[in-house]
Parts: sequence; C-alpha cells; structure tokens
Amino acid sequence: MTNKVKVVLGVIGADCHAVGNKILNHAIAAAGYEVINLGVLVPQEEFVNAAIETDAKAILVASLYGHGEIDCRGLRDRCREAGIEDIKLYVGGNLVVGKTDFDEVEKKFLGMGYNRVYEPGTLPDVVIADMKEDLK
Amino acid sequence: MNNILLIDFGSTYTKITAVDVDQEKVLGTARGITTVETDIMDGLNQALTALFAKTGRLEFGKVLGCSSAAGGLKMIAVGLVPEMTAEAAKRAALGAGAKVLKVFSHELSEYEIEEIEELKPDIILLAGGTDGGNQKVIMHNAKMLAGLNLDVPVVVAGNKSVTPKVVKILSEKHTEVRPTENVMPKLDELNIEPARIVIRDIFLKRITEAKGLNRANKMVDRLVMPTPAAVLKASELLSQGGDGEPGLGDLMVMDIGGATTDVYSIAKGDPTVGGVSLKGLSEPFGKRTVEGDLGMRYSAGALLKAAGAEMIASYAGSSPEEAAAYTAKVEADIDYLPQTDIEANIEIAMGKACVRLSTDRHVGHLETYFTPFGTSYVQTGKDLTKVAIVIGTGGVIVNHNKPEEILKGIVFDETNPQTLKPRQPDFFIDKDYIMASMGLLGEEYPATAVRMMKKYIVNK
Ligand code: B12
Repeated sequence: MTNKVKVVLGVIGADCHAVGNKILNHAIAAAGYEVINLGVLVPQEEFVNAAIETDAKAILVASLYGHGEIDCRGLRDRCREAGIEDIKLYVGGNLVVGKTDFDEVEKKFLGMGYNRVYEPGTLPDVVIADMKEDLK
Repeated sequence: MNNILLIDFGSTYTKITAVDVDQEKVLGTARGITTVETDIMDGLNQALTALFAKTGRLEFGKVLGCSSAAGGLKMIAVGLVPEMTAEAAKRAALGAGAKVLKVFSHELSEYEIEEIEELKPDIILLAGGTDGGNQKVIMHNAKMLAGLNLDVPVVVAGNKSVTPKVVKILSEKHTEVRPTENVMPKLDELNIEPARIVIRDIFLKRITEAKGLNRANKMVDRLVMPTPAAVLKASELLSQGGDGEPGLGDLMVMDIGGATTDVYSIAKGDPTVGGVSLKGLSEPFGKRTVEGDLGMRYSAGALLKAAGAEMIASYAGSSPEEAAAYTAKVEADIDYLPQTDIEANIEIAMGKACVRLSTDRHVGHLETYFTPFGTSYVQTGKDLTKVAIVIGTGGVIVNHNKPEEILKGIVFDETNPQTLKPRQPDFFIDKDYIMASMGLLGEEYPATAVRMMKKYIVNK
C-alpha cells in the first residue's frame, strides 16, 4: 500500500445515517489520507480492532441520531486497553438530542477522552485542517 | 485402459480407490490399517491385496495419495487481533487441510513460546498487520519465534512492508522460512490462497518425509496434499465444475469423526434477502471449519457438554441420563458400537447434534437493528439458506444405516432464524467413500472427477 497516514472512520452504535459518512470519506481521502471506512452501525470494538491492524493515527467517530453520549463513552479506555492509547479520537455529528449548548457538549466529550469534538453540520475542511496539525 | 490408484492414508485406515479413467468407473475400493509407525507400505499392501481379491490384479498408470496419518498436518496460526489477522491465518491453515492446534494473537509471551514447543507444530503460519499497517507486533513475534527450541517451517503472511525483516529474523533459527502474500492485505479483506499454496508445497517437500510417509514413494507418484484439502478440492470441483464439465452450484459437505467434525461450504454466501448489509472479515468461497469439541468418540464428553444432555435426549427419544451415560461409555471405550435400539438412537442423536452445532458455528448470522423507520439487518459470515445440496462423507456417516437422520441437524431452525443454515437441502451420501480420492483425481482429470462425483455421490 502507500505511506499515507491512515485514519479510521465510522458511524457508531445503532446509527445508520450514511450520507455524512460518505461525504467525509470522500473529502478526507481527497486530502491525501488513507481512509479505512467502516460505514454505519459500527460497534466500539470494531473501531479499535481496525485501528490496531492498520496502524491508523486517528479514529473519527460520527454519531447523528442522538445517542452519542451513550455510544461514545468508554472508547478511550478500550484504546488504552488495546495498546493504542496515543491514538487521536475525533467525534462529530449530532452528538446529543436537541439543542444543547455546544460548550457543554464539548466539555463532556473532551472529558471522555476525545481530542476534538465537532458541532453539528461541521464542514469537512475544518476537520482536515485539524488533521494536518495533529497527525504529522 | 487407463487405471489410476488413489490412496488416502488416514489416521486409522489406509483407504484405496481404483479408478478406470476412460470408463469413468470405480473399479473397486479397499482398506488396510495405516502403518505409519513401522512401514506405511505394509498397510498399503494389505489394502492392495484386499482390492485385487475383488478386482483381480490391476496395473496403474498413476498413483496419487493424500494423508492425514501421523496426526495430520499440525499447524499453529499467529496473528494480531483475534477477529482479524489471527482469524484470517486460521482460515488459511484450515483451507490448506491442516489441523489447527491453536491460534495465537497479539504479542507472544515466553509462556506461549513454551506452549508452542510443547504443541510441536509441523508448520507455523505467522501473520499480523494489514499491508502498511501494524509492524510492531509481527516483528516482536518473529523475534519470539526465532527463540523457539524447535526448527519449524514458518510461512510469513503478514504486513508486506516488514516481510523481509521478519524473514531475516526467523531465518537465523529456522531452516525453512517462506514469505507469501498477506492473509489480510486490507481491513476485512481475506486473501488465503497464496498462503494455502505455500503450506501445501511445504507439506509435499518436507512434512511427508518428516512423518515417514515418503516410504510410500516406492509406489506413489505424488503424495499431493493433506486429506481435508483433498475433500475441499473435490467439493470445489463438484460445485464449480472443471475443464468444461459444469458443476452443481452451491453445496455443503459434512464429515463427522471420532474426535472432530469438519464442515465445508462452497458458496459465496451473499445475503439472499434485500436490505441486509455485510459486516466483518470476508469469507472464503471454499470454506472449511473444524470443531474439536464435536465428535462421536474421543470428543463424546465434550459433545455432551456443548449440546447438553437434553438436546441429545430429545433427538434420541431417551432420557437425558441415558444420553449422558452412553456418551461416557463410548468415550471410555472408543471401539464400542450400539447394542440396543436406545443406544442406536442415541448414536444417531449424537451425530445429529454434531452436525447441528458445527453448522451453527460455520454459517453466518443475522443481527437485527430496530429503528423507528423499520428494521435493518447486518449479516456476518455466509448466508447458506439457499444451499440445496448437502453431502455426508467420512467413516461415521458413510458406514451408518441412517445417515440422513444425522444430516438433518444441518437444516434451518425456525426458532433460531438468525442462524443462516440451509432451508430445504437434499441429502446425498458418499456411499463408496471416494470424496478424497476424487479431489486427488481432480488434480489430473478435473472433468472426469466432476462426472464421477455426479454419478457416484449426487445421484437420486
Ligand atoms: C436523512 C435522515 C435520516 C435517514 C437516514 C438515511 C441514511 N441511511 O443515511 C433516516 C430516515 C433513515 C433517518 C432515521 C432516523 N433519524 Co434521521 N435524519 C436525517 C436528516 C434529515 C439528514 C441527515 C443527513 O444525511 N444529513 C446530510 C449530511 C451530509 O450531514 P451530517 O450527517 O450532519 O454530516 C455532516 C456533519 O455533521 C459532519 N459530521 C458528521 N459526523 C461527523 C463526525 C466527525 C468526526 C466530524 C469531524 C464531522 C462529522 O460532516 C458531515 C458533512 O459535513 C437529519 C436532519 C438533518 N437535516 O441533519 C435527521 C436526523 C439526523 N435524524 C434524527 C433522528 C432522531 C432519526 C431517528 C432516530 C428517527 C427519527 N425520529 O427521525 C432515525 C434513526 C435511525 C438510525 N437507527 O440511525 C435527528 C437526530 C436528532 C438528534 N441527534 O438530536 C435528526 C437531526 C432530525 C431531527 N432534527 O430530528 N434519518
């Protein structure tokens, strides 16, 4: 394969919103990364396993359907357990139900061990700029 | 006249099949005791004498053999994540006809190295990391395996970026180190054929000699493969056809033994209904699985544990106590044969439980996700619900008077609809016990092997 930096992408839990996933996959690949796209309905364990085997530098988790808080909790611990404690974790989508103050949401997810947390409707350019900075 | 002799050196019996290739006819079959401890030729000559007593003296233009004698081809598989490269390595070894003693994952420890020394594998398959993926673990494992107190052939089928380094480390200790393509080059993409070919090559060149099977070279032109690989090859031929002779499409083969139960499926196994998405490691088209806890004698106790006395009793129409007592009896006395009607029924029930549980594990499973917009389904493994041909082979099934009763364990269970087993299969029995031989014959005469299997096995 290539020497491109690899990132794992997927929509977590029982969430099957597929459109944003396809857009992100396309945009991040076009920016020069190798995207290991796990698609929708992805359990935490699969994110971790995929990252281990492929030696990915970041896991990008999406959650659109409102159960983000439950689904995303514990992913950092799983990574620690699996020996990839230094991997970057990004999360975005519609992380909680309804209109909650985003600062609150961000604080909560940072506390759960995510490195970056994105607001609903974030455009791919924003995350790609962050990746350029974080994944060298 | 063009006669070929096909030999299967089994763990107990040496089974031979004489075939007239021009007439596409089985001239005769016979068996002797496998005598690998002394001289493998003794048992073979015994079988030949028995054969010629039936057929008269025959000359053979070619003699081909397969073997599961002397413990079969014993392998261990090493990978990184259990569900990923470790599983892919295991599937490659099984597909090569090996007996997989154990699968190891993540970084090997000193204890595990000791364990491998005790297991004394014939070949080690080392995988780990997708191409361009994790390097650390396979490098670590290569160093650990270089510290083994054994000189074992190692097949390296991991992250291609470090294959040269891995080979170099291993070569310091092991005489035969063979690099090949990654068993999982990309996430969830299975690529087992190259590893299978290398394993078979090592089997041919080295293992047969190490096990004293090469004494048969006096008579056998080529000892081509392990017996399970020959059965897999026969199944693939019958399904896909060969050399212009069409195949029969998707099929499954069951082989119950005293210690293990083998399941083969030749089918893509894509979803058969709409709205189902696929998950997990991709499936080999020709898939073999082996269950070490499901068998009729050595594993009877383990079978009882896996199935539960109630399941066996309900199949047999006996009490659970009777079922438990009988399994204990045959495990202790492996030559025991049923003496009463109840025992005969329990014997059938044990076979049926072996078939049921081994196929439950072999086939794919469907998971259901409920959403407010309806149900969505995710399938892992193969959907084999539409498979219409199920063949029974192996001593237990072939020599049984009610083999269909045993095979019924393969049928889809309405109370367990997420397990994707064949819904309405037809059962066929390899009565003349020629399946492995046909796999061997198919090496040279694929079309003939397909036609003969249609004639001798799948005929109603
Ligand atoms: C289409 C749709 C569906 C379709 C999905 C079809 C499919 N397979 O994709 C169907 C009808 C199946 C559906 C079902 C449901 N949906 Co819906 N759905 C939508 C809708 C209308 C559009 C989603 C979409 O495709 N957007 C377009 C893409 C491009 O945008 P995006 O997904 O937001 O992604 C972008 C960014 O957010 C960002 N991003 C996303 N993830 C990540 C991750 C990272 C790391 C980063 C950096 C960026 C990032 O990048 C993308 C590109 O810019 C939204 C409403 C809306 N307008 O957003 C509701 C919506 C997402 N659904 C919602 C809900 C509640 C549901 C249901 C639970 C039932 C329901 N009541 O509708 C079910 C859940 C089903 C399930 N199990 O997943 C809610 C979620 C509420 C919440 N989170 O607070 C929404 C917001 C509607 C609403 N306002 O109520 N839905």
